[in-house]
Amino acid sequence: MLYHTIRNFVEKEIIPYAQDIDHEEIFPIEQIKKLAKMGVMGMSIPKKYGGAELDNVSQTIIMEEVSRACASTSVTMGAHTSLCCYPIVNHGTNAQKERWLPKLASGEWLGAFALTEPNAGSDAVNVQTTAVRDGDDYIINGNKVFITNGGKCDFVPIVCTTDPSAKHKGLAIFGIETKNTPGFKVGKKEDKLGLRGSNTCELVFEDMRVPKENLVSGKEGEGFKISMGVFNSGRIGIGVQGVGIAQAAFDECMKYVSEREQFGRPLKKFQAIQFQMAEMATKIEAARLLCLKAAHVKDQGKNYIKHAAMAKYYGSDVSMEVTRQAIQIHGGYGYMKDYPLERFYRDAKITEIYEGTTEIQKLVIGNELFGRGF
Amino acid sequence: MNIIVCVKQVPDTNDIKIDPVKGTLIREGVPSIINPEDNNAIEAALQIKGEGKVTVLSMGPPQAEEALREAIAMGVDEAILVSDFKFAGSDTWATANVLASAVKKLDYDLIICGRQAIDGDTAQVGPQLAENLGLPQITYVQKIEVGEGVLKVQRALEDGYEIIEGKLPVLITVVKEINNPRYPTLQGIDKAYETDIIKWTADDIEADPAKIGLKGSPTHVKKSFVPPGKGQGIKLDGPTKDIAKQLIGILKEKEIIQEF
Repeated sequence: MLYHTIRNFVEKEIIPYAQDIDHEEIFPIEQIKKLAKMGVMGMSIPKKYGGAELDNVSQTIIMEEVSRACASTSVTMGAHTSLCCYPIVNHGTNAQKERWLPKLASGEWLGAFALTEPNAGSDAVNVQTTAVRDGDDYIINGNKVFITNGGKCDFVPIVCTTDPSAKHKGLAIFGIETKNTPGFKVGKKEDKLGLRGSNTCELVFEDMRVPKENLVSGKEGEGFKISMGVFNSGRIGIGVQGVGIAQAAFDECMKYVSEREQFGRPLKKFQAIQFQMAEMATKIEAARLLCLKAAHVKDQGKNYIKHAAMAKYYGSDVSMEVTRQAIQIHGGYGYMKDYPLERFYRDAKITEIYEGTTEIQKLVIGNELFGRGF
Repeated sequence: MNIIVCVKQVPDTNDIKIDPVKGTLIREGVPSIINPEDNNAIEAALQIKGEGKVTVLSMGPPQAEEALREAIAMGVDEAILVSDFKFAGSDTWATANVLASAVKKLDYDLIICGRQAIDGDTAQVGPQLAENLGLPQITYVQKIEVGEGVLKVQRALEDGYEIIEGKLPVLITVVKEINNPRYPTLQGIDKAYETDIIKWTADDIEADPAKIGLKGSPTHVKKSFVPPGKGQGIKLDGPTKDIAKQLIGILKEKEIIQEF
C-alpha cells in the first residue's frame, strides 16, 4: 500500500511540476507541504515524537519514487529527513528530542545539516568553524558552504570545533533554531548545474551565541562520530536518488523507442536499442537492490557501512551512465529543454559528489574490506 | 453523523488491456484499486462526519480486503467486508440486495456511494440500494452542505445543477467533481494493517438465498466486446485553397451543409 500510495502521490503532485521547478528554479515548498501532510517529513522520526518511524526499506522506497519525479524535491526532503533528523534522533538528549523533533516531524520546521566549509569537503575533519565556551553559552564563528535548504531551513545542526588541536576528537554539533539566533546569517545562494529547484546556500555565523543546551548529545568531542553516522545513513538515500533519476530517464526511453520510427520501424525493433535498454534496465535493477539491501541490513541493526557506501557509489554511477545513454537514445530531442532528459542528466551528476564523493565511498569500502589503517 | 460508504474494489482500467482474441478484459496482472468515485465518497464522508463515525462496506472476494485497508489508511473508523462464494455471479440487483442486508445490521444517518464503478459503468447499485432500504436518494451530488437533520446538496445536471434538500436518513451518490480525495498518511497505513476488518458471510447478514448470487440476478452479461474503431477518417492533403474546396464538397455530399 505504501508503494502504491507514494506512486499515486508523485504522479499527481510532483511530476507535473518538476520541469518548472527545475527551469524556473522554484523552491518545491508546495510539494514539501503535501509530503508533510502525508507524514513523510517525519518518516525517520520515532512515533513518540510525532514521526512515522518507518523502517529503512520503506524510506528508501519513498526516496526513490520522489527522486524519479523530481530530484530537487527529493534532496529537499532528504536533507531534512535523513541528514537533519539523524543527529537528533540518534544522539540528542531527551530534552533536545522533545524540543526539536515534533516540529521536524510535522513539517512545521524544515531542516538542513551544515558540515561542509570552503576548506572542509572530503577532509571533513578540517572544519574551521569555532565554538568557544562563554559562561552558559558557546560563541560560534565561521561559515558553511553548499548547504542544502540553507536559506530556507528553520533548524540546522552545525558541525564546529571546540578544540582545533584535538582534530576529529574536537568536533561538536550544535542545533541552531535559525529564526531566533542572532549572528546566524544566510549568505550567497548557489546557481547550480542541476537540482536547480533545491536551495543551496552559504551560511555565516558571526559571534553567534548558542545556549549550551543546544550541544547535541550534551558532550563535546562527539561531532565526528555523529557526522560519520549521518553520512553512512544518508548515503543509501543518495544511492537510491541516483536510481530514481535513472528510472525516470529509462521510462522516457521506453516511451520514445516505441513511438519514434526511423528506417521504417520503431526504434525498439533494432537490436542495438534492445541491447542498450536491456543493459540499462539490468543496471538500474542491480543498483536498486543494492540500496534496498543496505537499508535491510541497517533495519536488522547490523553493520551496514560497506553496503551503504556500495549503494551510493553504484547508484550514482548507474545514474550517470543511464542518463547519458538516455539522451543518446533520444538523439537531438534529448538535448532540448522541451524534453526532461537533459534535466535528468544534469541532476545525476551531483549524486557522485555530495554526501561523500565516489572516491570517498571507495575508501570507505576499502576500510571495511581490509580494516582501518591498511 | 454516522455514515456508511459503499465501496467496490475494481481493476485499474487506466491500465486496461483487451484480449485481442476474446475481446474481453485481461484481468491478470492488472492492479486493483478502490473505484475512483468511491474514493470521492470516502472523502465526502470524512469531511462531514463531525463527532460520528464512518464505516466502509464492500461486497467482494477476499482480496477486496486490501481496498478496505486503504480506506482505513485514509481515516475511516471501521471497515466491513461481506464475502461469500454464494454471492458469485451477482448482477447489480443481487449486489444491492446483499448490501441492503448488511446495512440493515448497522446504525446510520447517511449512506454515500460513488456514482458508478469504472468496470461495470452501470450506476445502478446506489439507487437500487436506496429503493431496497426504502430511503430517499439523490444522485450525481457535486456539493454537500450539512443542516439540522437534513442534507442540502447540489445535484449535477447536463447543463447546470439543481439544489435539493433531503431529510436524513438519505442515500446519495457522488461524482468525482465533488472533492479531491486525501492521500493515506504514513500513520494511516500503519493503522490499516493493525485494524481488524470485520468479515460477514451470507448467513451473518441473513441474506435471502433467492435474491443473491447468480440465482438472484435477473440480468446476465451476454457478451463484452471492443466496439469497432471509428477508423482513420479521410485525410486531405495539398495547398489550403484546394483542401478547403474538397472539404466543402464532402460536407455537401454528406448533407452537413447546404447551398442557399
